[in-house]
Amino acid sequence: MGSRVEILNEGGYRSDGRRQFELRDITINLAQQGQADGSAIITHGLTQVLVSVFGPREGKLRSQAIHDRANINVEVNVAAFSTGERRRRGRGDKRILEIGATIKSTFEPVVQTALYPRTQIDVYVTVLQQDGGLLQACINGTTLALINAGIPMLDFVCAVTGGVHSTSPMLDLTTLEENDVPHVTVAMMPKTGKVALVTMETRLHVDRFEEIFRLAGEAGKVLHREMKGAVMGRTSTLVNAMGSQQSVDKDGDEQMME
Amino acid sequence: MTISFSSFPTTNDYSGYNQPHHPHNVSEDVYMDLDEGHNQPDGSRPTWPGEVLTSSQDYMRGHGTYVDDEEVIASVAGTIERVNKLVTVRAIRSRYNAEVGDLVVGRITEVQPRRWKVDANGRQDAVLMLSSVNLPGGVQRRKLESDELQMRNFFEEGDLLVAEVQGFFSDGAMSLHTRSLRYGKLRNGQLVTAPPILVRRLKTHFIVLPCGVDLILGLNGYIWVSKHVKASEQEGEEGFDAEGVYSNVNDDIDETTRTAISRVSNIVRILASHFVPLTDTLLTEAYDWTVDQESGVKNLLTEDFGDALVTSLVSRS
Repeated sequence: MGSRVEILNEGGYRSDGRRQFELRDITINLAQQGQADGSAIITHGLTQVLVSVFGPREGKLRSQAIHDRANINVEVNVAAFSTGERRRRGRGDKRILEIGATIKSTFEPVVQTALYPRTQIDVYVTVLQQDGGLLQACINGTTLALINAGIPMLDFVCAVTGGVHSTSPMLDLTTLEENDVPHVTVAMMPKTGKVALVTMETRLHVDRFEEIFRLAGEAGKVLHREMKGAVMGRTSTLVNAMGSQQSVDKDGDEQMME
Repeated sequence: MTISFSSFPTTNDYSGYNQPHHPHNVSEDVYMDLDEGHNQPDGSRPTWPGEVLTSSQDYMRGHGTYVDDEEVIASVAGTIERVNKLVTVRAIRSRYNAEVGDLVVGRITEVQPRRWKVDANGRQDAVLMLSSVNLPGGVQRRKLESDELQMRNFFEEGDLLVAEVQGFFSDGAMSLHTRSLRYGKLRNGQLVTAPPILVRRLKTHFIVLPCGVDLILGLNGYIWVSKHVKASEQEGEEGFDAEGVYSNVNDDIDETTRTAISRVSNIVRILASHFVPLTDTLLTEAYDWTVDQESGVKNLLTEDFGDALVTSLVSRS
């Protein structure tokens, strides 16, 4: 291959020391961010994304309201310091608009929008650090933020990027690998195994596609476990915080009875 | 072939995510053994979107669930509640779900023909009809065309008010009314917001604290903290006048009352950030505790102090 870096060396290791099917380290923070109804910070290796969800709420523009369901409005903002080379991208940047449109079309069938007619759900995605797998981080972060906002969804949506280096498939690519290797992003719903999104901007041999597609589906299930663990942890923390005070309430009631 | 996580060094230490990371090669699902072990003290157990709860043959689906392939499946993260054959999931965090008769605090966002639009933390703006407010000059007065023309004399954009949920429109928007002398425009105080789930239904949502502060706990999570008004000063049926009810001018508030209002507001903020349900007894206890600590009002918002306050309140129970 003509690339300077070795994507996969003879020992089977990638440039950052991972094996072929190893995912990068993931951290999830579901703490409250400002006034948002739900928010999540998700990190895949060195890629970090903050997603804030507002709503369902009254839309800003009446013309945007849909009479029988909620309108999902996605705005993506890429911080100028998120890449190695400092670069400011405007709101009208085609590439950023496309990510927003992709997220919107991925979540429209998953969110139960029909429950909230004439309303708007605002999703604000802020990319804090980029190192490959931007779309997967945005989709995973949006899933978590929507769940954190208490918005009804059919299932989680878990996204993973996969690529093929000559004949060997790999998962969760970094920027370095994305530049050299044809790659696919697959978003799937783990309960049913349905696929919410498949997107590819490079050319990939049709024989290789099936394998990488199946692998990405399995990786999605692994991610689902992590995301579910974070959601359950957050829910239990909040339930316990509320529960620890209930004994106080009961005491108060009894005193009032006397 | 196995998919696993790399041990990439992570520098972040997030408190919101305390779960241990997966060891390599764990194949079965570690969170599936929830049936007995993880039960909460009050019998409700947490769930997540996509979890199969039960069969739709035996149970009815309630809010926060959907049916697919004869299975009842959760659609929100929260706690499962079961009443006879009805299974519902109550989201742990969400916007306000209104019910008729609820007391809410809201803010006017728009003035429209014969109605105001009110932001009440709901899914859509609430509607306050001109016919559901008390007009100056007697409770029984009929509304006139001139009232429609001077609606901004009653409520303007940005005004805060306390009202009751009267009903719902077909699209789910709530309709409010202020046809009681206890409801109407708010002044002499400060608005604090909390997650709506923390405000429980109480015997009364108008709370008078011993420190000279009135509190209105709106069920929508909007909480109004204001100077205490003596019951005799509130206008009676006879003395109902526009000046008093629709006035935009604050009364004189002395230094000690201002401090007390700020103190109560900060306590509400602390309790809300620690996800502690708000009750009158708890707020009184918390107020006394902070006064005992002899700290300034602004120190209340430091993290250490908030943690100490919540710990002491929990341990007291």
